[in-house]
Amino acid sequence: MDPIIQTENLTHIYSQGTPFESTAIKEVNFSAYPGEFIGIIGHTGSGKSTFIQHLNGLLKPSSGKVLFNGRDIWENKETTRQVRFKVGVVFQYPEYQLFEETIYKDIAFGPKNMKLSESEIDERVREAVDFVEVPQAWLEKSPFDLSGGQKRRVAIAGVIAMRPEVLILDEPTAGLDPRGRDSIIGNIKNYQKATNSAVLLVTHSMEEIARSVNRLVVFNHGTIAMSGTPSEVFSNVDELEQIGLSVPEVTKVMMRLKELGMDIDSSVYTIQQAKRALIDYVAGRR
Amino acid sequence: MLRDITLGQYFPGRTIIHLLDPRTKLILTVLYIVVLFMADSITGYGLMLFVIACCIYISKISLKVILRGLKPLLVVIILTAILNLFYTPGREIVRIWILKITVEGVRQALFMVLRIVMLIAGTFMLTYTTAPIALTDGMESLMNPLKKIKVPVHELSMMMSIALRFIPTLIEETDKIMSAQKARGADFDSGNLVEKAKAMLPLLVPLFISAFRRADELAVAMECRCYHGGEGRTRMKQLRMQQRDYIALMFGAGLLLIMIGIRMLHI
Ligand SMILES: Nc1ncnc2c1ncn2[C@@H]1O[C@H](COP(=O)(O)OP(=O)(O)O)[C@@H](O)[C@H]1O
Ligand SMILES: [Mg+2]
Repeated sequence: MDPIIQTENLTHIYSQGTPFESTAIKEVNFSAYPGEFIGIIGHTGSGKSTFIQHLNGLLKPSSGKVLFNGRDIWENKETTRQVRFKVGVVFQYPEYQLFEETIYKDIAFGPKNMKLSESEIDERVREAVDFVEVPQAWLEKSPFDLSGGQKRRVAIAGVIAMRPEVLILDEPTAGLDPRGRDSIIGNIKNYQKATNSAVLLVTHSMEEIARSVNRLVVFNHGTIAMSGTPSEVFSNVDELEQIGLSVPEVTKVMMRLKELGMDIDSSVYTIQQAKRALIDYVAGRR
Repeated sequence: MLRDITLGQYFPGRTIIHLLDPRTKLILTVLYIVVLFMADSITGYGLMLFVIACCIYISKISLKVILRGLKPLLVVIILTAILNLFYTPGREIVRIWILKITVEGVRQALFMVLRIVMLIAGTFMLTYTTAPIALTDGMESLMNPLKKIKVPVHELSMMMSIALRFIPTLIEETDKIMSAQKARGADFDSGNLVEKAKAMLPLLVPLFISAFRRADELAVAMECRCYHGGEGRTRMKQLRMQQRDYIALMFGAGLLLIMIGIRMLHI
């Protein structure tokens, strides 16, 4: 299978040629395949946001390439524009970009820019609100009357309505309570399953996404420091802590138990897995 | 992107020019402009060119940065040059169709361009080497006597400080909202004027909402810290004139005297 989106030696330098010049990401090689759910983690300032803004052509690489379905997205103007619709990006605090009078109109903004027919737009708006669990009855309400969490769902629906083949979300759960967080991640997962798209979810909290993702990519100082399944990544506790990222608490507990001489599987990151590992251990001893 | 605008930007540094009191720099800038407008001969312009070159050299601001700052005004500069070149009466040297270039025209064009460039470079020296907050503090202090005639000096300077403080924030916010709407296919660059104005709506609505939200939050935060205007308010960082400030002011006065001399002697 070919990657749907790929970067080759991607480097970005902000304010190049001024005294404020700074390299945000350097020589990043990355690829994502359809149907993957990828978590991108790294502490603030590690270049995650800069990286994802290259994937839909919002930022132009200082050097290196971004390929969508094997084609350079900067080949010509039309390709760049089309990529905007195929690679959907939900920015951090997306609720601050709502502007229309009604929720319906706001979600329809993207599809309208794609020059779709009215009936197609209508279908997509309704499908999108279903994905994010916003009641259809609200469509004619003003988005400014909603609570913060509801606004965020509407904003996410605005990107989902474009049916992107790659959906990227920058810290979509920042500032939400645990239940809202789990529910939004569940919604995103449903979208990914229903459309077999690739999803990239940016966060700085491990606990939050470890359960949902197939692959974790760790950013540090503008480069990819680690990449692999959650258990592979979490097995490098020391390195992660050096980078300044925390490992889920249960993983730490299991690591410590192993250090104390218990022969258990410590590459776990959810309570469920830990429970199973402990039961296995106890059963094995008997 | 938007952030790359350099007009009025501050470049931190520790040179003698950076360290001068903002009041000194404000006075000297005004003085510099006055003296610049007094110059009317090659000697006069030469002197001013020398002065600004020295300032740029001492401040360690690279010439590239200053030239980039001049870029937005390139049209004005070229227009000035052309108008002066062709429309000054005097001794003719070349004639193209009905347009003639005179000796006086060349001289006048050169002087006017030099004057604009040096004027801008001079004000850049002020904004490039002085933090915006220091600048407003300096202005407030210089305008203090106006309080006697009921000019709300403190309020004006507080408003200016807040506005200056929020310019980068708003630029950043504009950048972010623009990116977010572009990600949904918004097109801010093409189309005719009406279409362009319409396309700004998805940018302006969120921007205004967030500006009002910020203003509201800031007002509450200031009240919580018992802000009640300028009455009886003291400063943590007092402005104090140092020896270097007096020396710099003396240089300024010297420059004025020399220029007066040059004009009187017609050299
Ligand atoms: N528009 C910008 N102009 C200049 N520097 C920027 C800009 N955006 C981000 N940076 C810098 O690039 C680096 C990476 O930032 P960012 O991609 O936002 O990281 P993250 O999303 O991981 O927190 C940081 O050092 C940041 O200061
Ligand atoms: Mg970020």
